Amino acid sequence: MLRRASMLLACRSILAARARPFSTDLPAAPSADATFTEAWTKVIPNMDPPKTPLSFMQPRPPTPSSIPSKLTVNFVLPYASELATKEVDMVIVPATTGQMGVLPGHVATIAELKPGVLSVHEGSEMTKYFVSSGFVFIHANSFADIIAVEAVPLDRLDVNLVQKGLAEFTSKLSSATTDLEKAEAQIGIDVHSALNSALTG
Amino acid sequence: MAMAALRREGRRFAPLISPRPITAVRSSPLYPTLEDEGPLGLRHISTQVVRNRMKSVKNIQKITKAMKMVAASKLRAIQTKTENSRGLWQPFTALLGDLPSADVKKNVVVTISSDKGLCGGINSTSVKISKGLHKLNSATGPEKETKYVILGEKAKAQLVRDSKKDIELIITELQKNPLNYTQVSVLADEILKNVEYDALRIVFNKFQSVVSFVPTVSTVLSPEIVEREAESGGKLGDLDSYEVEGGETKGEILQNLAEFQFSCTMFNAVLENACSEQGARMSAMDSSSRNAGDMLDRLTLTYNRTRQASITTELIEIISGASALEG
Repeated sequence: MLRRASMLLACRSILAARARPFSTDLPAAPSADATFTEAWTKVIPNMDPPKTPLSFMQPRPPTPSSIPSKLTVNFVLPYASELATKEVDMVIVPATTGQMGVLPGHVATIAELKPGVLSVHEGSEMTKYFVSSGFVFIHANSFADIIAVEAVPLDRLDVNLVQKGLAEFTSKLSSATTDLEKAEAQIGIDVHSALNSALTG
Repeated sequence: MAMAALRREGRRFAPLISPRPITAVRSSPLYPTLEDEGPLGLRHISTQVVRNRMKSVKNIQKITKAMKMVAASKLRAIQTKTENSRGLWQPFTALLGDLPSADVKKNVVVTISSDKGLCGGINSTSVKISKGLHKLNSATGPEKETKYVILGEKAKAQLVRDSKKDIELIITELQKNPLNYTQVSVLADEILKNVEYDALRIVFNKFQSVVSFVPTVSTVLSPEIVEREAESGGKLGDLDSYEVEGGETKGEILQNLAEFQFSCTMFNAVLENACSEQGARMSAMDSSSRNAGDMLDRLTLTYNRTRQASITTELIEIISGASALEG
């Protein structure tokens, strides 16, 4: 990830040349940090103030005046960064309101994801992932952040297990007594039917 | 001159050598026994004390070396996980910014620490920062309250002593099973259910490298405070420009967002702290084995000196006895 970040640094002309992505770079908006550090040093003069996440992050570029040609996508999972600042043509995300296509210049949006298929279109190639749930933030500067709890490429899914899971959760729903059990069974059914349609459709 | 040197040596080892007149019967210097009052007034110089000390120091050195190896292997395992999870909190900070100085009434400080000790000063640093945050929040006004949620035994031991009434929740044995997102999200859910908050401040040690751990505070604001900050402009001013898709109301989505943000930041924080713990333990055990090695060297010198002094004393006794017989 460090290598990708440094490649990205080389081609980004907007940012000044910075050496290490995780060093304490100048924060994007120093005002909040400054008030915090000032307040801290006033009350607790003996200790250094703790760092905040802003100092560990690379600032995002501002909104360009014309629509850029590519969409920059960050697709992160708790265990890995699947795509880190990858420039693509389009992504289709399974939002709760349906499949949403995101192109460069899309209006800034916050959308919650439902279980479904996420596809990334780059030139002629398309990569599909099944996403369990998460959020997608589309920023005005054609940056898309997709944060998913779990995502697998479609070829890793087993049709038989999906069918079995669907049957199991349907039976659980019919035998559920408490609201909690009903909700859990319903979630299971939703995910498995989405898996089913992802594999067949 | 030799006698003067011996007298000097004798004074240094006064506790070991009992001041007795020279007698004919003595034990062989090859098998020195504990200092003992034999029936004929035997005089033995005891190296047993020093030898026992050396044995225990050597054992300690072995143990600390082994602990360092164990910590190094655990660190390797968890470091890859941590680096992979670093991308998780960045989108949230990019969207919602980072407002550690937001003015809120109900602050909750989530202190992350380790369960096991012997890991250097990282737990004390976290506790000091948490207490500092408490002081900072109380300094801004009288109606501000700060509560603690404690993860890990070490912070619990330190905070229970003077802030017992401010502690809401204590969670221990976090690392019994390998850390994973499901476990942390269940934990985050528990915290959100049981604790009322306007702002959650997660205090942890961020892992920069094996020898450097930076105390960090991540702030997660509740949806109401996010709305308030967005309306008042400033950092979150352009949050209103974001269209919110789905859900009945914007508030519902923001609520889900806040919860998701909390669980993601918690996951990263817990992993970073675990890495820092292993790294700190590695360096603590390393310096401990080095100290043990130094101590062993000094004890070896002492042992040899004692041994040689006893041999010299024996020789002097024999020689002076022989010369007394002649002359």
